Amino acid sequence: MTSYLKIDHVDKSFKRGSIETEVLKDITLGVEKGQYVSIIGHSGCGKSTLLNLVAGLLPVSAGCVLLENKEVNDPGPDRAVVFQNHSLLPWLTVYNNVAIAVNKVFGSTKSRAERHAWVMHNLELVQMGHAKDKRPSEISGGMKQRVGLARALAMEPKVLLLDEPFGALDALTRAHLQDSVMAIHSKLGNTVMMITHDVDEAVLLSDRIVMMTNGPAAAIGEVLDVPLVRPRKRLALAADPTYLKCRQRVLEFLYERHSFVEAA
Amino acid sequence: MNMPALKTQAATAIPVAAGELLRLPMPKPSYFKARLVPAASEFAAKLVPPLIMIGLLLVVWQILCSKPGATLPSPTKIWTEAYDLIVDPFFVAGPQDIGLGWRVLTSLQRVAIGYGLAGVIGIALGTIIGQSVWAMRGLDPIFQVLRTISPLAWLPISLAAFRDSQPSAIFVIFITAVWPIIINTAVGIRNIPQDYRNVALVLRLNPLEFFWKIMIPSAAPYIFTGLRIGIGLSWLAIVAAEMLTGGVGIGFFIWDAWNSSRLSDIIVALVYIGLVGFILDRIVALVASIITRGTSAN
Ligand SMILES: Nc1ncnc2c1ncn2[C@@H]1O[C@H](COP(=O)(O)OP(=O)(O)OP(=O)(O)O)[C@@H](O)[C@H]1O
Ligand SMILES: [Mg+2]
Repeated sequence: MTSYLKIDHVDKSFKRGSIETEVLKDITLGVEKGQYVSIIGHSGCGKSTLLNLVAGLLPVSAGCVLLENKEVNDPGPDRAVVFQNHSLLPWLTVYNNVAIAVNKVFGSTKSRAERHAWVMHNLELVQMGHAKDKRPSEISGGMKQRVGLARALAMEPKVLLLDEPFGALDALTRAHLQDSVMAIHSKLGNTVMMITHDVDEAVLLSDRIVMMTNGPAAAIGEVLDVPLVRPRKRLALAADPTYLKCRQRVLEFLYERHSFVEAA
Repeated sequence: MNMPALKTQAATAIPVAAGELLRLPMPKPSYFKARLVPAASEFAAKLVPPLIMIGLLLVVWQILCSKPGATLPSPTKIWTEAYDLIVDPFFVAGPQDIGLGWRVLTSLQRVAIGYGLAGVIGIALGTIIGQSVWAMRGLDPIFQVLRTISPLAWLPISLAAFRDSQPSAIFVIFITAVWPIIINTAVGIRNIPQDYRNVALVLRLNPLEFFWKIMIPSAAPYIFTGLRIGIGLSWLAIVAAEMLTGGVGIGFFIWDAWNSSRLSDIIVALVYIGLVGFILDRIVALVASIITRGTSAN
């Protein structure tokens, strides 16, 4: 059987002159439609590299990435990315940051009024409609990530790629945004691939957690299914035995079997 | 000297305005008092110190140059000798006897053409060069050398090439202003963050959209730095070029005045040149601050 998104025996190495560093080795992973998959691993193991391969921002060295059985080899709006550092264009207002994506993707299929409504709809979805005329420099870090999310959602991607979307945020803002993402995911049923460093975040949000071994030549160490029913409530889960068991498994993987070795 | 008086008035006016705002809603007068009066006093605070300094300098100058045997005219002598030039910039009394305003406009026209060309070509070339590591490495040292060449050194070459003073002067402006614009644009393009490029890639922007929507706004602060250096150099160059090529520009006026020993006229012309250069710089800075609003802040 074939998955919605399939990463098939992918290797990735970077060449610099005669030195070749192998970053990813034989990665195979299937993601079903509507699934929320997290990738967790120590810093520098190649998580961003894997995400960029799926996004098409980097070419694979071997193997292939298939989306709906079609090979992915260049970036496109069907695989929208929310970057770690928001990547909003600072000279555009919040509204125009989303509109640039909407106008590009739906320029020929939606009327001007429909596009405006779609921009506003997506801004409302992340609760940022009130700040539509502000510039990125005038809003907080959490708000920027919301707008980045709105921009990605507005492209109606087949797969939403999140590279540590909440990494730079404080714990409270982070929790708030996680709730927003959960609500959006349950409403729209997006297929999501998210990179994270945070074990709780991974267990709370994901259907499956992909744990990566340390580099160089990182591979998938283990894949854990999270059989928690949705909608999930942060507080109720804190004492849930399944939640705690999943959390335990990830922690064991990260800190016992593949504890971070300081690069020499 | 009623400026300080105005200032103290403004200071007391603020609490009154605030009190009024609490008691009765009168938007117009309170807006006037709350916004315009402080603005006016701030303006006065900026204007008064330079005016005092200018006054002092004039006094010192007057004292130094009114001694017997002084080689340069004193301010009062300039006032009497160059009275026509000072009070009416736009008189026309003959083909070569016109107000300095007209001369400045003639020079500005040349600058506008040369600088405009330099802007368009400089940004275009800078964009191309900034795209390619090899072009940057290969051309940057050449440009760094070329940009140090004095505008006047280009003049004989351009006179030889164009055989006419008008295009030669324009060419000198162009060649003077174009280097900083090219170099700064190229650096700006090189410094476009990879994040913005990734956004463009994910959106599949075509090259033209990428140019207008990402490159130009992202590099705008750099481009305007180049444009601002360029306008300053243009204005420096035109005066020098016109001294040699003739015509009715402000540069030739100085040369002409020197040949007929009208030192007072020269000093008035210098003031004109300085003020116009200052205004040009401020205009470019203003346009830059409007257009690049928000770009540099991240
Ligand atoms: N363009 C590149 N050229 C050479 N090596 C690279 C390049 N990009 C990444 N690498 C190497 O690949 C490895 C994985 O990098 P990657 O950014 O994917 O890590 P990561 O898991 O996302 O880390 P973090 O959690 O800190 O973001 C690193 O060792 C890095 O040095
Ligand atoms: Mg990363």
